[in-house]
Amino acid sequence: MKQSGNILFSGVGGQGILLASELTAHAQLVAGYDVKKSEVHGMAQRGGSVEAHLRYGEKVYSPLIELGGADILVAFEILEAARYLPYLHRDSAVVVNTQKILPPAVALGKTSYPEDILDELRSRQINVVAIDAFAVAKSVGELRTANVAMVGAMSNFLAVPPDVFLQAIDETIKEQFRHVNREAFVAGRAAVYA
Amino acid sequence: MTFDKETKLWLSGNEAIALGAWEAGVRVASGYPGTPSTEIMGNLSQYEGVYTEWAPNEKVGLEVALGASFAGARALATMKHVGLNVAADPLFTAAYTGVRGGLVILNADDPQMHSSQNEQDNRNYAFAAKLPMLEPSDPAEAKDMMARAYSLSEELDTPVIIRITTRIAHVKGVVQKGHRVEVPETSIEKVPAKLVMLPGNARVRRVAVEKRMAAGRELAESMPENRIEPGVGRRGFVTSGVAYNYVKEAFPEAPVLKLGMVWPLPEKMLRDFAATVEELVVVEELDPFLETHLKAMGIACRGKDIIPNQGELNSFIVRKALAPETIGEVFAPLELPMRPPNMCAGCPHRGLFYGLSRMKDVFVSGDIGCYTLGFLPPLSAMDACVCMGASITMAHGMAKALGEKGKGKVVAVLGDSTFMHSGITGLLNMVYNSTYASVIILDNRTTAMTGHQDNPASGRSILGEPAPALDLEALCRALGVKRVVVVNPHDVEATRKVLKEEIESPDLSVIISRAPCVLLPEEVKRKKPVYYTNLANCTGCTLCVQMGCPAISWTPLTPEEAVARGYRDKQKGFAQINEVQCNGCGQCACVCKFDAITRREENS
Repeated sequence: MKQSGNILFSGVGGQGILLASELTAHAQLVAGYDVKKSEVHGMAQRGGSVEAHLRYGEKVYSPLIELGGADILVAFEILEAARYLPYLHRDSAVVVNTQKILPPAVALGKTSYPEDILDELRSRQINVVAIDAFAVAKSVGELRTANVAMVGAMSNFLAVPPDVFLQAIDETIKEQFRHVNREAFVAGRAAVYA
Repeated sequence: MTFDKETKLWLSGNEAIALGAWEAGVRVASGYPGTPSTEIMGNLSQYEGVYTEWAPNEKVGLEVALGASFAGARALATMKHVGLNVAADPLFTAAYTGVRGGLVILNADDPQMHSSQNEQDNRNYAFAAKLPMLEPSDPAEAKDMMARAYSLSEELDTPVIIRITTRIAHVKGVVQKGHRVEVPETSIEKVPAKLVMLPGNARVRRVAVEKRMAAGRELAESMPENRIEPGVGRRGFVTSGVAYNYVKEAFPEAPVLKLGMVWPLPEKMLRDFAATVEELVVVEELDPFLETHLKAMGIACRGKDIIPNQGELNSFIVRKALAPETIGEVFAPLELPMRPPNMCAGCPHRGLFYGLSRMKDVFVSGDIGCYTLGFLPPLSAMDACVCMGASITMAHGMAKALGEKGKGKVVAVLGDSTFMHSGITGLLNMVYNSTYASVIILDNRTTAMTGHQDNPASGRSILGEPAPALDLEALCRALGVKRVVVVNPHDVEATRKVLKEEIESPDLSVIISRAPCVLLPEEVKRKKPVYYTNLANCTGCTLCVQMGCPAISWTPLTPEEAVARGYRDKQKGFAQINEVQCNGCGQCACVCKFDAITRREENS
């Protein structure tokens, strides 16, 4: 089992990034790691780019991932995957939701949404796994579970067994939504190799 | 597979501080919301046996806490860094009166200005006000330091400041559970010589302040929060707060003197440590605070010559400064469209700022809140923003400077919570000294930017219980404002008319732009109309696009594409509402002149 690691979550305010990073943190804690997670609140949440840094290991000091230090990037939107390139290294895994949310300058027609931007990552030998998290969420009957589907997809790259994630879902999500979120996790995990 | 929930918790720094305050026996706590401090008071309000409140501003909050301390209670005041500027008046004299029950001021700095207008380093306040200051490095320490701060406060008879930063407040980590100490009883106790700070008494207390700081320096030499972590190598580090973590990540083997108390400093400990290393490096965020005081002690050290004095640090920056050879390949960032924060779809502020954006020769004196985003394109309708309440006073000053030529061209804009925080006295000044400038109060029924805290006009206490709601119109009239007009900013045309009339008026007028924040839970639940774009009617005029609503997007077209869609070949594109994102405010329907935007239930 890997002794330490850095997981970066990125996306747009309102996509459920905080819950996804919470679930992952809980799973790592249950697996016996020390964990630190850093978020930014306030002004940054109003539809802007949002990120959460999660670091785990035997003893974690810094709550922030270094440039070139993210082992896994979980990006909830294509542009927000590309934006974090400086945090990646050649062995990074990027799990990216194929959703596109237009930034203001694109929505206003001032510039265009960059096409094939993920190829920029792939051309640097970074392992990019693109999944349609909304399709996965739709398949379990609840669109709002796209974030948990992303956690499921990401879990393939961690040594922590899926049962531990399911336990984390049970402990952090309200009872009435637990079942559908468990399903979203399992479907997201399967989506990577589908 | 373990995480022992009996003894451990997974908490943010702010949650840990609330728990630490409760465990330390805090009885009264008051604060004003401000990122990154806000969640402390919200969390503390959930504990039994603690009175919590949202104060209208930080000066009020600190004075409430000071009074509680005079009555023998352990008390807490919370604020963000710029809030301590507002509370600086009581702060400097509370240093003289000292305390009865322990008094802690929780101050949250925001290096990097994630959500602030400046990045002042409030360690300077500890030096200037002659107060002890503790600085935790993570949530676990933040909780433990609450208990230490209260015992220190009572032992030294002084308020104690705890300084955190964004990367303490909003970092989650593992925290050990503790128990609540016995809460001290309260009573009236008269000690006027100590509490009545007129010159004769204050001169006596001034001496006491120096004695206390001398005692604090003694304590600093032996308190466990200041510690030397031995290591190997010729270079040693002095550090504190979150910067300690970056040193430990970058140079895990190096000797480190970690300061848990950053004022007063343990001079002997620092001197002894410096003697054991060949090179001493101070790693601290923002100002060279420790470095300056080390150098004043005659201790040679490096610091801001290699470590940046702006923005947050991280382990990468520390390594790059001291061991650049260990830095591997870093991919250059790609050029991508930025994604700045934006007002939400359906935000009432948009309707008001759309009106202001059409008045190009009017100077909009702005303020602190979500509505500061009115500065951003495409609205671009804010021309200044400095600090809480300054919109009103700056507008007054501008009008006085401009005289006749500024008539009809100066307006202040601020939110309801900001108005109550520090806008009322400015408005009183406008009435007293007369002005033609106008004031717009954006009344969205909450303190939105920091996450919907209640306030004196919301009609609810911090616990959500009914509370008297300030009548803004009556208050403005009572201050002497003759023209008070209320508008619904979602009615864009009516709002524009009122703005024009009131801003052009030769007398002071207050426009209250009233509509609830769309993110308020009751608004989220409310069934709202849905608007859709009737694409056949869209002429590509872009009037709706110029509102900058995130639910409206623009699709550019070539002449061929335009014709294929049945548009004129000159039409450059079309605008469309994303119905999932639309919050049904109808502002865009108000501005559309071609019936291209329609309410769903009317036409389907």
